[in-house]
Amino acid sequence: MFNNFEVKGKKATRDGFGDGLFEVGQNNDQVVALTADLLGSLKMNKFADTYPDRFFQTGIAEANMMGIAAGLATAGKIPFTGTFANFSTGRVYDQIRQSIAYSHKNVKICASHAGLTLGEDGATHQILEDLGLMKMLPGMTVINPCDYNQTKAATMAIAEHYGPVYLRFGRPSWPIFMPENEFVIGKGILMKSGSDVTIVATGHLVYTAMEAAKELESEGISVELINIHTIKPLDEEIILDSVSKTGCLVSCEEHQRHGGLGDSIAQLLCRMHPSPMEYVAVNDSFGESGEPEALLIKYGLGKENIVAAAKKAIQRS
Amino acid sequence: MDRIAELQSIASQVRRDIVRQVHACQSGHPGGSLGCADFLTALYFEVMDHDPAFQMKGKNEDVFFLSNGHISPVWYSVLARAGYFPIDELKTFRQLNTRLQGHPTTHEGLPGIRVASGSLGQGISVAIGMALAKKMDGDPKNIFVLTGDGELQEGQVWEALMFAAHNKVDNLIVTVDVNGRQIDGDTDKVLSLGSLEAKFSAFGWEVIHMQGNDMQKVVAGLQQAKSQTGKDKPVVILMATEMGYPVDFMVGSHKWHGVAPNDEQLASALAQLPETLGDY
Repeated sequence: MFNNFEVKGKKATRDGFGDGLFEVGQNNDQVVALTADLLGSLKMNKFADTYPDRFFQTGIAEANMMGIAAGLATAGKIPFTGTFANFSTGRVYDQIRQSIAYSHKNVKICASHAGLTLGEDGATHQILEDLGLMKMLPGMTVINPCDYNQTKAATMAIAEHYGPVYLRFGRPSWPIFMPENEFVIGKGILMKSGSDVTIVATGHLVYTAMEAAKELESEGISVELINIHTIKPLDEEIILDSVSKTGCLVSCEEHQRHGGLGDSIAQLLCRMHPSPMEYVAVNDSFGESGEPEALLIKYGLGKENIVAAAKKAIQRS
Repeated sequence: MDRIAELQSIASQVRRDIVRQVHACQSGHPGGSLGCADFLTALYFEVMDHDPAFQMKGKNEDVFFLSNGHISPVWYSVLARAGYFPIDELKTFRQLNTRLQGHPTTHEGLPGIRVASGSLGQGISVAIGMALAKKMDGDPKNIFVLTGDGELQEGQVWEALMFAAHNKVDNLIVTVDVNGRQIDGDTDKVLSLGSLEAKFSAFGWEVIHMQGNDMQKVVAGLQQAKSQTGKDKPVVILMATEMGYPVDFMVGSHKWHGVAPNDEQLASALAQLPETLGDY
């Protein structure tokens, strides 16, 4: 069913970032990297060890890190900042807004441990609002890749793109199924064609959506699955083409319903092709401690939730 | 005319530009702008090696950042008088479609501005980033940044101070405009800053004191600061100024932080500030 997307082992998306950053560093000596005391968690060791003169440890001072990144970018460097998603967005929103986004700085804000799948550390660290915060900033590109390969390729692609970027990834070891070295910013990926319902997923939930699609197909429901790694700018064409065919849609993301991928799609459908739509997302709630997969199920982001949402969307169409 | 007298003459025109800009749109921040007119004049007309043709990356030139962006009128005047953009454009300050936004931005492409400022406490961090880039590129020039004293109440400032000392960012000269006043009153009443000399010293900075409304002392202080660069420590100038200086009814009160003069007050202020280079 997913012939081109067979699972080949597991690795964390943050490993894809670390390996991508190292390759970007090899290819371009203007690339610099910064961390706020989370070198190991962000898997930036290889870059830091190989290019110590292009690596900056700011200590636990994220606001200062964002400002320094803006200054480095002003001089023509390509800074990659690395810390947890919570500290990459909410904690430093005003610094990003004024010194980076409004000032058009070529800074790559790279954020790990996003969402519920951070797991046991609990709600203080499980940011579920970051996509919304970042997509509201004018000119900000927002990317949420789904596996190791896609995260690595995205890391390399954003180095070639001029402008501020928010790149979001996560902590847990996760199935690898995307091809290597393929990434076009703003271009969604058709993972499977179908005719009854469109499922659009981003980040870790792409894999969960693939599992849900298999179950739906076994029940005779034809699913079209789209992998949206770039939340902004959104690939409107791939979504409208699909909904024109299926007539209904389910969005899946490890984020609040408010402000995430689903809201971007809902706006698009409202304007261009009103259709029944269901959200698989966290419903106005904070997370809690627990194992990643158990958390996804408890907060309504499991395979069965996607299956149920698809059936509901079809019923309404 | 000796050089100091020439600089004083430029600063007088800059001060006229400040009150006229703020009066024309009936908004903006004249107090801090007037107090820093000598400093910015000395910086752009005497101390910094810079190019009004303006290139964003600032390669092989000294670079200035204004962290306390609300004193934009003084920066706009100095930039215009130094040749960065037409002096006549000062008429557009804070008007719709202007490049001279209320607080400085890169968004409209105004030459001389490298980052937006206005939300306080961010400028030293940005300046550090550019100072690090200069070191990486083997560029021997310096980075200057001006911050308000009230602005030091922002926590990010102290993150930046720690970083600069730890990383020996010694091509960086921070000037603090110590006028002792902020919007809500005296800094000592709003939130006391304590001994800035002791604080900066404890954070590992080389501290210089400077009288900021005496052109001779401003030039000497900035030259002294430059001579202290390249010695493994970042440099701070604690610059004593009077908010509103030298307009008699503005000096000595926080009330002129962000208030525009009326027609009568404008006339009174202009009568105290000789027109030296021609009004726009």
